[in-house]
Amino acid sequence: MTPPLLRVEHLTTTFDTSGGPVAAVDDVSFHIDAGETLGLVGESGSGKSVTAMSILRLVQPPGRVASGQVVFHGRDLLALDERSMQAVRGAGIGLVFQEPMTALNPVFTVGNQIVEAIVVHGKATKSEARAQAIDLLRAVRIPEPEARIDDYPHQLSGGMRQRVMTAIALACRPSLVIADEPTTALDVTIQAQILELLRDMKAAFDLSLLLITHDLGVIAETADRVAVMYAGRIVETGPVRAILRSPQHPYTRGLLASMPASAAGTAPAKRLRAIEGTVPLLGHLPPGCAFNPRCPDRFEPCTTAPPPDYTAGPNQLAKCYLHAESAIRNPQSAI
Amino acid sequence: MAFLEVSHLLKEFTRGKGFLRSGTRLAAVNDVSFIIEEGETFGLVGESGSGKTTTGRCILRLIEPTAGEVRFRGENVLAFSRARMRAARRDMQIVFQDPYSSLNPRMRALRIVEEPLVIHKLGSRDQRRARVEELFRLVGLDPAHLDRYPHQFSGGQRQRIGLARALALNPSFVILDEPVSALDVSIQAQVVNLLIDLQQQLRLTYLFIAHDLRLVEHICSRVAVMYLGRIVEIGPAAALFAAPQHPYTRALLSAIPVLDPDAPRHRIELNPASIDRDATLREISTGHFAAI
Repeated sequence: MTPPLLRVEHLTTTFDTSGGPVAAVDDVSFHIDAGETLGLVGESGSGKSVTAMSILRLVQPPGRVASGQVVFHGRDLLALDERSMQAVRGAGIGLVFQEPMTALNPVFTVGNQIVEAIVVHGKATKSEARAQAIDLLRAVRIPEPEARIDDYPHQLSGGMRQRVMTAIALACRPSLVIADEPTTALDVTIQAQILELLRDMKAAFDLSLLLITHDLGVIAETADRVAVMYAGRIVETGPVRAILRSPQHPYTRGLLASMPASAAGTAPAKRLRAIEGTVPLLGHLPPGCAFNPRCPDRFEPCTTAPPPDYTAGPNQLAKCYLHAESAIRNPQSAI
Repeated sequence: MAFLEVSHLLKEFTRGKGFLRSGTRLAAVNDVSFIIEEGETFGLVGESGSGKTTTGRCILRLIEPTAGEVRFRGENVLAFSRARMRAARRDMQIVFQDPYSSLNPRMRALRIVEEPLVIHKLGSRDQRRARVEELFRLVGLDPAHLDRYPHQFSGGQRQRIGLARALALNPSFVILDEPVSALDVSIQAQVVNLLIDLQQQLRLTYLFIAHDLRLVEHICSRVAVMYLGRIVEIGPAAALFAAPQHPYTRALLSAIPVLDPDAPRHRIELNPASIDRDATLREISTGHFAAI
């Protein structure tokens, strides 16, 4: 069996607060195989973006990666010196941000920004890089790339800017792209185009994709496998079909059930099945399973200790005591 | 007589105007007409720049429309004097999208919710406080938190505060401008349920402005689709979602991500050439109109 492209093991990232260190990412483990799209889904504050920043070692103080391993192409990124790490960023792992408006530099043309990415990694001279940049803009299906390359970001629409971001992420031929809420600021028709672009680029550039989103619809459209985060922990992982068809963690079930399904024209409107309560603050997690105060299936063990991963189906794991009796405990929690 | 009737609403903005330059005029809302019946939830959908938010604001005259008519219970709101308009706003309220920026961060929750009562000189201090406590309970907040500041509440709670403020004067008509799109998924459903409950309890009529089509389909009885300032399709939600007629509506609906991983995906690309910009709304089936 070939080892996975990326293996994250027991990653914990803490933020120092006046009340002591708080774990925004708490003992998170997952892997991404070559050619695979892993969807990392969660609400704000669940730790999904901090996980991405930890992989790239871009967590800013007062945050820091406290423990764990991030093994990419067989090397632990957390053990690399800063110079080697800089080579990994961009050339090994590309990053597409949420806000194409703010992530691009407004005072440089899009061509400059793509060329910079290529030249910094020593992949080409400036004039070669410009030709490559035009090819990249064509690859991300920007019309008239020879003209658009000299445009400034404000001259482009939101969707076009996100295509430019994608071109920059692909500039140094990374094997993994992390896309952090790549479509959140976009309209639904543009979102559909960008998701299609990511799928096409994945095939054309032989990529693996870590797609971070709060939208289960986006997950359904793009991911092969899904990891669901809640309060800094991955509470459920599995193949996308299993997660959407037979979610095994009460939080995943609640999220899916709370989404409006088609009930057009039913008057009066039907209430939605909401998850009660609110997401807990990281410094004030309840004892045991962090979801227990909101969980409809809570029973005694839930408040005692955080549940480990239990097998909940083929290739499906859930951190939930509901699966404790039926399943064999997975000692490695490595999926 | 319709509860709310918007006729030929037009809002033009001037672009690129400067000294000695007259600039170009751009219609953000272009000849928009629709009727909302009492007690219904009418959905206004479209993408950014379609004019849906501007339409909502023109109805309350938070933005002055260039031309057209807005009749509320038969009276033309656009002809009201300032004083008359202020009185009319007691009955017509709005809840904004962003619960983070729409509440004054320096005011305690009590003052935020009480302010409409103060402006309209209603009740004594104690009566107003009692009313705010009542409103807090109505929207599912704890009256013990009246003296907190907005930052001490979560996003969902802040949206409840915005709602309590909008309901303070007992309006019959509430414009909800993207009321849940800034909230987390698990919180959205709670606020949507609250909106549904309040509508039944207080006999409210809603204009629901949103880009989340799944949600609009779920809670609206009738829907209008806006594209580049115009309504291109309007009708009962069930008919419009089941059999969209306008090319833009079709493209928009086909772009909604489908949760079922096995469902067939037939995405329709919008071909701008397929849109007849001069087409007027014509009836496809009972109450269902499309500009084709």
